[in-house]
Amino acid sequence: MRTQASALRSRHLLGIEPLTPEEITLILDTAEGFKEVSERPVKKVPALRGQLVINLFMEPSTRTRVSFEIAEKRLSADTLNFAASGSAVEKGETLLDTAENLMAMAPDMIVIRHKHPGAPKMLADRLPASIINAGDGAHEHPTQALLDAFTIRERIGRLSGVNVSIIGDIAHSRVVRSNIHLLTKMKANVTLAAPPTLIPAEIERMGVRVVHSLDEAIEGADVVMMLRIQLERQGKLSFPSLREYYNTFGLTPERLRRAHKDAIVMHPGPMNRGVEIASDVADNAERSVILQQVTNGVAVRMAVLYLLGGAHVVE
Amino acid sequence: MSSNLLITNARVVDPSQELDAKLDVLIEDGLVARVDKKLKASNVLTIDADGLVVTPGFIDLHTHLREPGQEHKETIATGTRSAVAGGYTAVCAMANTVPPNDERAVTEMIIAESARNGACRVYPIGAVSRGLEGKELAELADLRLAGCVAVSDDGKPVYNAQLMRRALEYCSMLGMPIVAHEEDANLNEGGVMHEGYFSTLLGMSGIPAASEETMVARDVILAALTKSHVHIAHLSTAGAIAAVRNARKAGVRVTCEVTPHHIALGDDAVQSYSTNLKMNPPLRSTEHREALLTAIADGTIDAIATDHAPHHFDEKNVEFDLAPFGVIGLETAFGVCYDRLVREKVIALPRLIDLLSCGPARTFSLPGGTLREGSLGDVTILDLDTRYAVTNTFASKASNSPFIGETLHGRAVMTIVGGAVKFDIRVGQAPSPVSRAKKKTKR
Repeated sequence: MRTQASALRSRHLLGIEPLTPEEITLILDTAEGFKEVSERPVKKVPALRGQLVINLFMEPSTRTRVSFEIAEKRLSADTLNFAASGSAVEKGETLLDTAENLMAMAPDMIVIRHKHPGAPKMLADRLPASIINAGDGAHEHPTQALLDAFTIRERIGRLSGVNVSIIGDIAHSRVVRSNIHLLTKMKANVTLAAPPTLIPAEIERMGVRVVHSLDEAIEGADVVMMLRIQLERQGKLSFPSLREYYNTFGLTPERLRRAHKDAIVMHPGPMNRGVEIASDVADNAERSVILQQVTNGVAVRMAVLYLLGGAHVVE
Repeated sequence: MSSNLLITNARVVDPSQELDAKLDVLIEDGLVARVDKKLKASNVLTIDADGLVVTPGFIDLHTHLREPGQEHKETIATGTRSAVAGGYTAVCAMANTVPPNDERAVTEMIIAESARNGACRVYPIGAVSRGLEGKELAELADLRLAGCVAVSDDGKPVYNAQLMRRALEYCSMLGMPIVAHEEDANLNEGGVMHEGYFSTLLGMSGIPAASEETMVARDVILAALTKSHVHIAHLSTAGAIAAVRNARKAGVRVTCEVTPHHIALGDDAVQSYSTNLKMNPPLRSTEHREALLTAIADGTIDAIATDHAPHHFDEKNVEFDLAPFGVIGLETAFGVCYDRLVREKVIALPRLIDLLSCGPARTFSLPGGTLREGSLGDVTILDLDTRYAVTNTFASKASNSPFIGETLHGRAVMTIVGGAVKFDIRVGQAPSPVSRAKKKTKR
């Protein structure tokens, strides 16, 4: 692992968009090594010993926050979790003031989740710490795309030429944007499916195919990635009812038969069972890799943290 | 206060008289006395403008001076200093102050403060509706009598079509236009930038072109119905231009303005997440910008207006989603337009001067916009050969400019209001009028 250290050009991970295919491959290869660490009886390496990582989560998150925290601890970093609720943010402190105050305590890295696009870049432009984007609005969620790619590579053996269909609320999803960047850079074929109300303007220009039929999207797919329907958005005119959504775009075992016989089903979580995905599909041990995604998330985040921070101190 | 002044050896560009020649301009008692060759006058301040261009003073139809109520952003004193630093001799002050300019007392306060501390002429624009709430008409005749030159609820549209209809009818009696801020907030749904490829890429909520276009379509229809004058503020989309063109062909009295930033910048620039690129209407995509350029060249556009919208540093130093809409523009307008329109050969210089001076005067029936004898002694002197980098230092109290860091060509070097020098680039603001030695022509 050490022979590959520090080959990322930036000291931040703000998105997949700025990465090269070589950088993506480096992160995925590095993650393979770290996955092995997570399978040992003593799941810890000293790569980030003495480094302070602040997890600045300004928006609710379970999976991503926990996953980053575990990754940091397995790399022996000192970690601190900062949530917006119960903090000075509730007293009206701005993001920049919050970040500059945290910076005064000299963290080496800040992992940020924020509801507004561009917030991680705003910090990266102004602070000396390495910034890792853990999701900014509907913009990017780079570590999710990396763990998805890791999982696809693990199961299918490659990314190039793989047919990936992503179905659901494309318009409001940061996961889909990061995945499109990553998959197109790695030469996978991406199809998006949703009602037109959930497809954002001119997304075809990102190099994807757009269809409005679940069956058409699934036909021949190697990977079927379902996105969460954001229930809090109900009533915002995107579709008439959850019932109708499930009937038109919900993934059921019958519909999954149109996919490639070895196709895998992914979901970034949290799932709405019976809305975008039937339990029979989500819990199908042969098809569903949803929990592997979560396991792989730790390894991928260890790789990112290591390449951005640890690689500099572990000579 | 007015003095006598002779500008010699200038290239005088006055589209109102189709003038473009090497001439002298004599201003007496605050008015243009003569424009001719080799003028002689005694006891006057003489300005040698050899190598420079002299034009009728610029008039901005769309300025937010923020006073009363938001003096932390801008005041009448600082906003008008920003204006003269950009070559403007008059600005039209938008009504969305705090309290809004929806009654005579506010109009009178603006006029009085402008006379006391303003560096240029200020023409107030009143509100269409009381409190800008879009519910009942403001006292439009009283506002007109107090000195308002137009009315607008700028910052928001007049949603109620019946209120818009009545306002248009009523204003036709008063001989003033309604300035329409065109957007449909339902279509915008929290949008912060143009809806298109880049809003998709950045994951930001979009403001579709249709938001502007549907409202422009409605308002030209209402202008036709009422035989009244509607002026479309900060027009930014191809569809809105088409609606204006079609209405004009049908004889509807519709005029329109575009801003320098919509001419110069596109939505791709927002990838930097700079909040100085956030304004409403938003920076549009290439096809809309190209339509604006065509409309400028073919005469569809009546005026270039800045929509100068100052905000405090703290207000803009936040996440893009949270920043207020608006950018300043008075001090960069000429340089940006000269660069993008004249140097890139979209139009010739006289057409640009028409858009900055004569056109605005015609559109709101204002004095000025011409150097005919007897007209206001409002003059802008331009140096077309100068190159300069825009820094974050402005005469405006605010610095929320999208052009910081850019190099521009051409700027106002002297601004004369009613025969008085209110801006001289060599000495800064409003110098005491002393006779000057030969001016060097190149910087």
